[in-house]
Order: sequence, then structure tokens, then C-alpha cells
Amino acid sequence: MKAPVSWIKDYVALPGDVTTEQLAARLTALGLKLEAIESPGDQITGPLVVGRVLTREPEPQKNGKTINWCTVDVGDANGTGEPQGIVCGAHNFDAGDLVVVVLPGAVLPGGFAISARKTYGHVSAGMICSAAELGLSADGEGIIVLPPDAGRPGDDAFEVLGLHDDVIEFEINPDRAYALSLRGVAREAALAYREEGATFTDPAARATPPADADGYPVVIDDPEGCPLFVARLVEGFDPSAPTPDWMARRLVQAGMRPISLAVDVTNYVMLEIGRPIHAYDADKLTGPIGVRRARAGERLTTLDGTDRALSPEDLVVTDDSGIIGLGGVMGGEPTEISGTTTRVLVESAHWDATSMFRTGKRHKIGSEAGKRNERGVDPTVCEAAADRVVELLVTHGGGVAVPGVTVAGSAPQPRPIEMAVDLPARISGMPVPDETTVAHLEAVGCAVSTAGDTLAATPPPWRPDLNDPYDLVEEVARIVGYDQVPSVLPTPGAGRGLTRSQQLRRRVGRTLAGAGCVEVISFPFVGEAALDQLGVPADDPRRHTVRLANPLSSEEPGYTTTLLPGLVKAASRNLGRGAPGVALFETGTVAFPVDRGPAPIFGVETRPSADDLAALLDTLPRQPLHLAVVLAGERERAGWWGAGRDTAWSDAVGVARRLATELGVDLEVRAAALAPWHPGRCAELLVGGSSLGHAGELHPNACRATGLPPRSAALELDLDALLAAVPDAVAGPDFSSYPLAKEDVALLVDTSVSVAEVETALRAGAGDLLESIRLFDVYTGEQVGEGRKSLAFALRFRASDRTLTEEDTSAARDAAVAAARERCGAVQR
Amino acid sequence: MSGPNTDYDPVEVSTLKPDEVDAARDAALAAIADAADLEALKQVRIDHTGDRSPLALANREIGALPPQARKEAGQRVGQARGAVSKALAERQAVLEAEHEERMLVEETVDVTLPTDRVPAGARHPLTTGSELIADIFVAMGWEVAEGPVIEAEWLNFDALNLGPDHPARTMQDTFWTDPADDAMVLRTHTSPVQARTMLTRTPPIYVVCPGRVFRTDEYDATHSPVFHQVEGLAIDEGISMAHLKGTLDHFATAMFGEGITTRFRPSYFPFTEPSAEVDLVCFVCRGAQEIDGVTCRTCRGEGWIEWGGCGVVNPRVLRACGVDSDRYSGFAFGMGIDRTLMFRHSIADLRDLFEGDVRFTTAFGSDL
Repeated sequence: MKAPVSWIKDYVALPGDVTTEQLAARLTALGLKLEAIESPGDQITGPLVVGRVLTREPEPQKNGKTINWCTVDVGDANGTGEPQGIVCGAHNFDAGDLVVVVLPGAVLPGGFAISARKTYGHVSAGMICSAAELGLSADGEGIIVLPPDAGRPGDDAFEVLGLHDDVIEFEINPDRAYALSLRGVAREAALAYREEGATFTDPAARATPPADADGYPVVIDDPEGCPLFVARLVEGFDPSAPTPDWMARRLVQAGMRPISLAVDVTNYVMLEIGRPIHAYDADKLTGPIGVRRARAGERLTTLDGTDRALSPEDLVVTDDSGIIGLGGVMGGEPTEISGTTTRVLVESAHWDATSMFRTGKRHKIGSEAGKRNERGVDPTVCEAAADRVVELLVTHGGGVAVPGVTVAGSAPQPRPIEMAVDLPARISGMPVPDETTVAHLEAVGCAVSTAGDTLAATPPPWRPDLNDPYDLVEEVARIVGYDQVPSVLPTPGAGRGLTRSQQLRRRVGRTLAGAGCVEVISFPFVGEAALDQLGVPADDPRRHTVRLANPLSSEEPGYTTTLLPGLVKAASRNLGRGAPGVALFETGTVAFPVDRGPAPIFGVETRPSADDLAALLDTLPRQPLHLAVVLAGERERAGWWGAGRDTAWSDAVGVARRLATELGVDLEVRAAALAPWHPGRCAELLVGGSSLGHAGELHPNACRATGLPPRSAALELDLDALLAAVPDAVAGPDFSSYPLAKEDVALLVDTSVSVAEVETALRAGAGDLLESIRLFDVYTGEQVGEGRKSLAFALRFRASDRTLTEEDTSAARDAAVAAARERCGAVQR
Repeated sequence: MSGPNTDYDPVEVSTLKPDEVDAARDAALAAIADAADLEALKQVRIDHTGDRSPLALANREIGALPPQARKEAGQRVGQARGAVSKALAERQAVLEAEHEERMLVEETVDVTLPTDRVPAGARHPLTTGSELIADIFVAMGWEVAEGPVIEAEWLNFDALNLGPDHPARTMQDTFWTDPADDAMVLRTHTSPVQARTMLTRTPPIYVVCPGRVFRTDEYDATHSPVFHQVEGLAIDEGISMAHLKGTLDHFATAMFGEGITTRFRPSYFPFTEPSAEVDLVCFVCRGAQEIDGVTCRTCRGEGWIEWGGCGVVNPRVLRACGVDSDRYSGFAFGMGIDRTLMFRHSIADLRDLFEGDVRFTTAFGSDL
């Protein structure tokens, strides 16, 4: 909402020294948020004066242009009283016209300094200005020609052009629709300066002719959708009558474009009083006007030229020809005001806000009228607004107000709100005496009565947003001032701190960062292309995404099922920007549809039952927290210590193992095959027999498709499941201080036998004396034969109650080797 | 071991002549003093104290002397050997010290050599920032609540007094799941977590809800369709706007430093009534609007920074979530974590948070 300060002051007498900034600050403190202040004159330093063109001599030039050599009377503004000689390139004026002249020494917007200069064979001492040159419009066509009565030569043009008139742009919240009018803004300004004695003059307070039976016939079929319809008729209107300058200027200041007098008048009154008005060409109406809901299958071409299929919920205005408008939202083409309209029927009707909102949304119509109607307009100003329109049409368009005033229906009555008198004090936390509460509610227009500890406040008709006691609390609080709210810390009881899961997630992040991985946060949207790149098969569950109805990009229409596409993208970006290697991790939600929608919509008067709530939660997609890592390129740098090392499959598995160790989880690793991993270098990660995810080297095709270097590695696992496996409390280990006994064994096995299998067998065979086991070498080659490998394990034994003898140790070692032979076909070397 | 030897010819015991013993001692002491390093000293030790050394031989002969001569010879040889042994030990200590000193010099390395064999990791500032915020509230006795990102329409809108016809519902451009009548959205705020908390717990409730939210915004330097919010909810008996102000003042101070407090401006949110926008004293110019005569760039000369929205929980929301609105009142607030970090850490472009460039993230290390 753009409100010219001069217009605000038409309805409220503010203290004389109030600046625009001060006014805006006070209104912001009341809830009309300052968006911007426009001060058109700020960019111009004078002298800028009114001039009268005395002579205008066109002089054709060699370049084909014609310039005008003018003499202009600028009164005494030039210090001599002599006419000023000025060259002007525009042609939309003549001798005798009043124009705006900028004299040497002035500076125009953009730092454009004016001086007397020689041009086209004359000394041009200044410039005749266009609106564009003064920064008043983007339109550079022609110079400004002032109305004959605008002033006298030499007058200060700042005043004449209203350049000193600041415009305050407010951001109006949806609950303060009344402030979408100068009436509302001025009312708030009066409230803001009430202690300085500012008083408000209501532009809607006017004597209107009483309703009678002689007006244009109107029949309301749907009083709920349209409780009140006022119609007035003006005849003999001159469609060519121009919009008065002051009105056009105010419309422009308020951000609207002047169109024609009839349209401008309806817009002007909407801005002034807040009531949207519709004007019909009465000659195009046939028979009485009706208001009803549309019927299925009905259509209307609205005045924006769009043919619309109507919904039975749409409110329509009809005459004998059928539907002539979408009530309160947009009129129809056939009955529109045109350049030949001489009989104007003025509609000033009150519409149901919800219907307005739905119709606007359904037909995607966002109009100034709709914006006000759907937020709620004062229903009691219909007659005043219509009367004001008639007045302006008559005054400026030469029309005649035809006797007869239609008032169909009546304005709905606001209901009183009951409230404990001390509620504003209790809820705002400010000391607000009861009398202050009553006074402030009255100040916003409520009719207040008190009975004991309770008051009843009937909101004014322009405040349909006031319905609940807490709405009244806000009114009282904003007038007392939000800056008066004291700062008091609440005193919750002892909290339980972070949950176990929250603590563990922090630990996961720190562990991964400690392992050299950098966390990223990507957008969780995915499309087929990204999954194709990774080689995810068509029937893979990761292809079944939760689809978005309105995705950002049609390329990525799903909520992702895997974090890998985002990480791969980020890894490529880093490598592309010159990083020699990258290790990235992300923890984030992924989603798997359960296809049990739609989610129910409950009422809001009471809490849904536990069953209802459970049913609702049941429809939502499964949304586990995943952890993923992508490693690519150089993993260890080359340096004075020796060669560097590129990423290998083991880096990804290593991260998983390190994490499991940190969390105290027994992680099982076994070979698997799953996209996007290399089928021979993919590890499945399990806890307690359940799969958590996978790690290993990326498939060469996936590397190629994503642009990652060969041998890049990745890990993705279900972090929720991993964290669920973390033991609650680690039991302190019982360890012995007796001497350690070492035994190393080298075992020959088939290459198909995994280290994990051999280790498990050794562990089982070694018995309780085994303290630890560690693979320290793997050998393949001629000495062990084709298809065989040698695994060297360091076994460490210790007893809890004695020093082990050589016999103890070798017996345990032999038992371990025997188990490995039995289970894995291992032969000791 | 030498002992009396009856076959021994005492005439041949020339080594026990006093001047011979003294000469052997002096030769030993001179050799010790001359030993330049531990290796040389080792040879000296062998030469002058070894089994074949003159003093060792002399010592061995003592037993062969007549008893009357034994005492004197024993004394002389013993003193000589003692002197040699002491000199050896002293020389050994000196040479060892010299050796160690030389070793330490020789082992000098260039300690400015790089040691970054494995590049450092880092955590994302949005993660650590969320944790920082959570910790501020946990320290006050609050808890951290969480919820899913794909949310039921009823929890994201209706339960929060954003009915189907509420104008505010069009203010938030929402991602809907397909088909749209599935009544599910990518949550537009973390408020559904508040609703879930009220639906499943009984007051008093003091929770903060940090999390990822979605709006169909353009992606540019200051907007993102995916961003992060922290909301707070307190439901208790006697809660007022003063408690809201106290909590946000504390939050602001903990986040931005002493003296950084908040102010309220009336506003509108469906889930709160009264509602307020909350501004923060600009922590760069500390409200002065300018620094050394230059307009503060962080707050653009306002002295305040828009931080978020807040208010008293609308009783309609309490009722929909099963909280007795006669007995309890509450407050709620919400602000962007991304935005908060942007001005706390002078991050000019919001997209830096989502590009995944390690140069950005590693600058923050593992905690804020």
C-alpha cells in the first residue's frame, strides 16, 4: 500500500513538525510496516520553476530533426525578469502553455547538472522538463504541460508538481485489510499521534441519500455470499472528460495507472475509502441485476479477455443476458465501461471474503479489488463509497446523478467479543490497567462494556479480523507499545538435555570430520538422469521416489531416496574447481513412499483422536536418516614423506569401520553387488545380521557417467539403523596385566575365501586365551600357487589369572589353525 | 685369578717396579685424555685396563711378592688403577655428552616442512550452527524436538490455524507431493514439529525445533528453495510476551554477544496472536547505524537486523493440538538458521552453503 503523505493529512491533522520518517516509524510500531519512502524531490536541487512559453520557433536541422527555439517567461526566477531563451526538442506544447523549467545551477536526478550552453546555434539557458527528466515516470514522451491554472511564471514547481509530497509504502499484513485505504492509514496515523491530539476525519462519513424503490433493480439470491448490494446511476456522463490532474497524480503516487475518468474515479474511491467499486455501462445492461452462485458449465469472458469456466462456488452478477461479472473479483467484457459510455451504473457491494479468496485462487485473478474483498472490507461504507463515486463522476464528468438509490440487503453486524479484562496484561506481560485496556479498545473503534472482571467489545465494522479475545490483546498491546514488553526469562524445569540420538549424530559428524571428510548439504531432489548415471536398475527401490506435484525442475521431480547423487555432484564440482582429491559426507533425510495416502485432514476445533493421529502418521512416507560418503581423486598427498595415494575401495569401507569402532558397534562386512558399486569391490555392511548399507569402489561406468575419476569410492548407510545398534552404556573391560604371548601364523587358502571367514574361524578355534587377532600380510604369487593366497595373522594370547606357558600358547594356536583348516580349508605354511 | 706361585721367579717381576707402575699409570691417563671420541676411548680402555694391560699384569703379580712387599705394591697398583678408572669414567661422561650434543645438532630437521598428508575434514556450519543454537536452549532447560520433512498438510497448515482459505496459505509457496490431493507437503516451516510436540506431550513444554524447510523460492544469493529454520515453543501456565522477549534477548546475546538484544514490531502470523517481528541490535555497529562515519553495511544503517517472527501461540492452535487454552498459554518464535549464520559470519552468498565447496566448509572447522 502506497500512501502519499499529503493524502493521509487530508483526513488527520498531525502536529506540524512531524517528518515523514517519524510518521512511518510510529505507524510501523503500530503494525503498518514501512517498506519504503519515496521522496521524488530529493533527487532534484532547484531552481525548478513554472514558466509560460512566449514564443516557439521550429528550426529544422541538418540531421533531419526539428528543434524549437523558445522564449519562456519565468517571472523573476532568473533574477532579471527577462524571458529565458531555451532550446527544446519536444513538440507537444505551444506558445501560451505553462511548462516546468529548470534553470542553470540546478541538478536533476542522476546528478545531471544544468548550465547555460551553446547548442543548435543558440545559447540555451536551461531546459523545459519532461516527467522522465524529473524522475517522475519512465515515460519520456514530451514535456510536462501544466494545466492553465497550475500557477504563475516563476512559481516554485516543486510545489506545483507535488515533488515535496513523500509517499510511504507500507507492507500491510493480511489481518489489517482496513489499512489498504487512505481511510485506514489515516485512522492509524491519528492513533499514533492521539496523545498529541491528532484527530481523524472519516472520508466515508458523508450524508448519503436514503435508499428508495426508484433505483436500478437488484435481486440477491445468495445473501451469504453477497449480503449488501448498493447501486447508483449516473447519466449524461462525458466519456471524453479528462481525469483531473490531482486525481491522476494521486493514483500514480499510489502505484496505479490512470486509464479513464470513470475507471480512475472507482480506483480513487477504492484507495480513499477501501471499498472496491465496479462500474457498468448501463446501456449494455438488460433487465434487473441478480447475484447468485454460478451453475456447473457456465462460462464468462472477464474484462481481461479470458474465457473462464465457472465453478458452482463462484459468486456471479447477472442480468437478463446472463452472467455479466464475477462478483467482487472481475467484471465481464460485454458490460464494461468504454470510451462511449454515457450512463454509468455504480456497484458498491459487500462480498463474502472466503468466496472471494477461493474464486481469486481458482481463476488465478489477483486484482486490487480482489485483494481487498478477500481480506475483508468495511460493509457499512457501501453507500458512502457509491455516493462518493457519483459525486466525482458528476463533478468531473459532467454527469447527472439520477434519483433512485438501490440498497439490496444489509451490512452484517459485528459480534461482541467477551474477554477477561486483565487478559491483555496477563498475555502481554506488561502492566496494563483495566481502564487502559478499555480506552485502547475504544481507540481502535470497539464499543466496550464491562461487567465485573469481564468486558464485551464489539469491533468496528472495518475490523473483521477481530474475532477472538487474543485479537483484542494484540490491539491493546500494540497501542501500549511492543517496546514496553519487559524481558523476563521463563523458568522451565530441569530439561533432559539432548536425546541419545542427537548426541550420537554429533559424534558421527565429528568422527567423519576427524577421518578427513568434509560435510556438505545438498538439495534432496532427484530425477531419473542422476539414477541412470549411477546405474541404479529400473526395479531398484531407489527408483520409487516420492514425487512432487510442483518440482523446482522437471528434471528432478522426486524427493531423493539416496544421498549419493548430491554428493557426487558436489565432488565433481570440487574436482572441477581444481581440488586434487575430495572426501565428502552428508547426513540427510531420504524418503520412500508407502503409498498409503492421502493424509487425512481433520477439523481444528479439537485435538484429533490418538487413532486418527496414528492413521495420519501412517500415510507419510518412510523417512530414514542416511549417511553417505563420496571419496575421489587423491586421498593422501605426495610430499617429502613419499608418494601420495589415490582413493581406493578400502577408504570407503574404512570410514564405515572407523565409525562403527567409535560408536561401539560390531560391524560385519561381507561381499555384495549393488549399484553404483563395482560388483567385485562392494561391501555390504551389517549389524546383527541386518543390512545397514554398502561401501566400496564405484562402478567404472558410474565414474565415467558422473565425471568422477576412476576408483572413486562411496558409502551409504541407514544412519537411524546404525545408531539404533549403539550400546546404551559401554561396560568397562576386564583386562589382565599378565605377560603377553605372541604367535604368528601364515595360512594358505583359496583366493575365494575371505579374510573375515578365516579370522572368524581362528577366533573360534583359539578360545578364551586369545586377546586379539590381526591380519598383517597377504601374499599371492608363485610360491603359493595359482588360486591360492597366504594370509599372515598375528595372534596375541593372554590369560587373566596366570603367565601362559609355551604349551598353553601353542595349544591355543594349534586349535585356531585347526579350526581354520576345518572351516576354510586353510593350510599352515 | 692370581695366587701364590711357588715356581714364580720374583726377579722377573719388573712390572712392579714403582717407576714402571707410575709410567703405566701416566701412559694410561695420557691416552685417556687424548681419546677424541667414544670409539677411541673404548680402545684406550682395552689397552690400559684390559687383561693384557701393564696395570692388569702388575696387579696380577702382586700375589707373587713376599708378604712384606705386597702391601706397598698393592697400594701403588691399586691407586694407579683407581686413578685410571676414574679418569676413564670422567672422560666417558664428557665424550658421551659431546656425542649427544653433536647428535642433536646433526638430527636437526626443517620443522616448517608440511605435515598434511591426509587433508583435514570439517563439519558444515549449518550443522554446527544448529547445534550451537540447540545448546543455548538446552542450557536453559529446553529440549530439542524433530520431525519429518515430508509432512501431512493438516500438521503443516490446518493445525496451525492456516485453514484452507487462509490468505497466509498463499503467502508460502509450497511444494506439494504428487498427486496434490495426497495432502502432503515438504514442510514450509518447522512449526509442524511444534504441533506434533503439543499433540504427544503434556505441558509444560519447552522445545526448540531446528530443521530443514522448503518453499518454492527462486535460488539466488539471498533465497533458496531449501533452507533451515529454528523454531521455539514454550507452553506453560502464565506464559506471556515478556517471557518471549526474555528468551529471545538471551538467545540473541548468547549468539551474538553481550549487549545484543531484540525489539518487537507488531506483525501477523496465523499461529500466533499477538504476533511480532523480532529485530536484533546490529552486532556490527551495535545499533550505532554507522562505523567511523560510514553507514553500517550489515544493517544498511538501520541499527537493527530483521531476525524472525514470534508471538503468543494462538489459542486456536492450542485447541487443535489438545492443549487446555484456558489453563495454559505459550509463545513461539522462528528464524532462519541460514540467514542467522549469514550475518553472524559475513557470508555474502547463501548458495555457498549448498554448493559443497570444501574451501567454504573447511574454513569453519569442526565447530562454530
